[in-house]
Amino acid sequence: MAYSEKLLEHFKHPKNVGTLDKSKKSVGTGLVGAPECGDVMRLQIEVDDETGMIKDAKFKTFGCGSAIASSSLATEWLKGKSVDEALAIDNMAIVEELALPPVKIHCSVLAEDAIKSAIKDYREKNGIETPAEEAEKSH
Amino acid sequence: MDKKLIYLDNNATTPCDPRVVEAMLPYFYQHPGNAASRNHPFGWAAEEAVDYAREQIANLIHANPKEIIFTSGATEADNLALKGVFEMYSRKGNHIITAKTEHKAVLDACQKIEKMGGEVTYLDVDSEGLVNLEELEAAITDKTILVSIMWANNETGTIQPMKAIGDICAKHGVLFMSDATQVVGKIPVNPKEVGVHLMAFTGHKMYGPKGVGALYVNRKNPRVKVTSQMDGGGHERGMRSGTLNVPGIVGFGKAAEIAGKEMAQDAERLSKLRDKLQAGLCANLEECYVNGSEANRMPHVTNISFKHVEGEGLMMTFNQNIAVSSGSACTSASLEPSYVLVALGLGDDLAHSSIRFSLGRFTTDEEIDYTIDALTKGVNHMRDLSPIWEMYKEGVDIDSIEWSAH
Repeated sequence: MAYSEKLLEHFKHPKNVGTLDKSKKSVGTGLVGAPECGDVMRLQIEVDDETGMIKDAKFKTFGCGSAIASSSLATEWLKGKSVDEALAIDNMAIVEELALPPVKIHCSVLAEDAIKSAIKDYREKNGIETPAEEAEKSH
Repeated sequence: MDKKLIYLDNNATTPCDPRVVEAMLPYFYQHPGNAASRNHPFGWAAEEAVDYAREQIANLIHANPKEIIFTSGATEADNLALKGVFEMYSRKGNHIITAKTEHKAVLDACQKIEKMGGEVTYLDVDSEGLVNLEELEAAITDKTILVSIMWANNETGTIQPMKAIGDICAKHGVLFMSDATQVVGKIPVNPKEVGVHLMAFTGHKMYGPKGVGALYVNRKNPRVKVTSQMDGGGHERGMRSGTLNVPGIVGFGKAAEIAGKEMAQDAERLSKLRDKLQAGLCANLEECYVNGSEANRMPHVTNISFKHVEGEGLMMTFNQNIAVSSGSACTSASLEPSYVLVALGLGDDLAHSSIRFSLGRFTTDEEIDYTIDALTKGVNHMRDLSPIWEMYKEGVDIDSIEWSAH
């Protein structure tokens, strides 16, 4: 399987690897996947209290190259976005950007799940209710 | 040495030995005959070459040349043995015993046999991958016609107690078949000595060409017969029709001859290199687990799990120049890790973290040094990225987390 240059770059030199302090109220953490499935993603966002913008994002991923590249790309996209804009990130945009082969599409789905899960955690911590229509959409 | 390609996937296939290629070449053009053409010199030359190769192969396994049935490879030989025995001995019984760690060629053929009305017992193995002899004997019924146990496993290199299994089969008058794909040409193999009646093997795992293999079929005490699965001109004593792959068979024969002379020294050299690789990695990295049996193992194989690192991702850190295999398949079609490692009782997480290194005749000491270095860097890179490694380091009990399966 030949991977795209962009994917290989994100794999070899992943962006935003690390850990944010999950005890902070401004930090939302999403942990998705399972070791027995061969994929675990932890994605964290830190939201600026005043502007409501995501000022930092970090990840750590146990998984294949596509899973690592998908999460690295997701953190890049998250920084500077509002929470609402972040929720609009679609897994197919990740598929397109990294040219993921069909058998690896589930890696981008996991990244989207990780984003949604991190936002949910942030909102719960801060007593922000998830709008009804979004709650319906999430799985 | 940055751009050099290092091949440590010899259990998948071995490169052809140049001496094998040289022996094959005349049979593409100078001697183009069909070995079944009995009435002209072209046919005679081909037949002579096939007879010679059959002898070279028989010598390697201490058999009679008449006991060698050429096939397209080990998969076909496995299918011919299992389905051929099932059909030939259907009046005697319909029960076959095999193990969960067998190659897919055996397991899938057994599933087909079940659809055809056969009954198959799939034995468990212990944590080293060995079958339990008492369970094996207990599984034999008056309907049992065949026991099929591989000589050594392709993923872990674990060697089964062949003589003990052969003795049990002899005691109960049951045929014993073995997929010996990974052992013939690598370690001494003598089917008669251990009581194996049918044995599948192939050229391309012993530095011969792809597309040619053989089934050993015991001729005396007992005289074993299999119903053909490929019908046509009645080649190979009626057991496998089809024009013989003369250049392939010549190469297979040459590979067998070379193996007979060199496998002892190859095995000695490779076991030292394998031990160096395994020791080097386990010294450099924490949480390494060797899978399979270290006491009963092929000399050129080691299968290691690097905990909290996913195998396919790990391979991507070095697969531009080192070739190995992983027990992890991370695709949407299959999130299941290696069934062989799972049968050994490894958790799915450790199975996903496994890498198989299989060395070969052309592996060098420098390549092993380079591989130890590259793997160490790769595992460290992946662990820096791994959330479960971080949790492990912080003392979090990973099993206590409720994971969201997907």
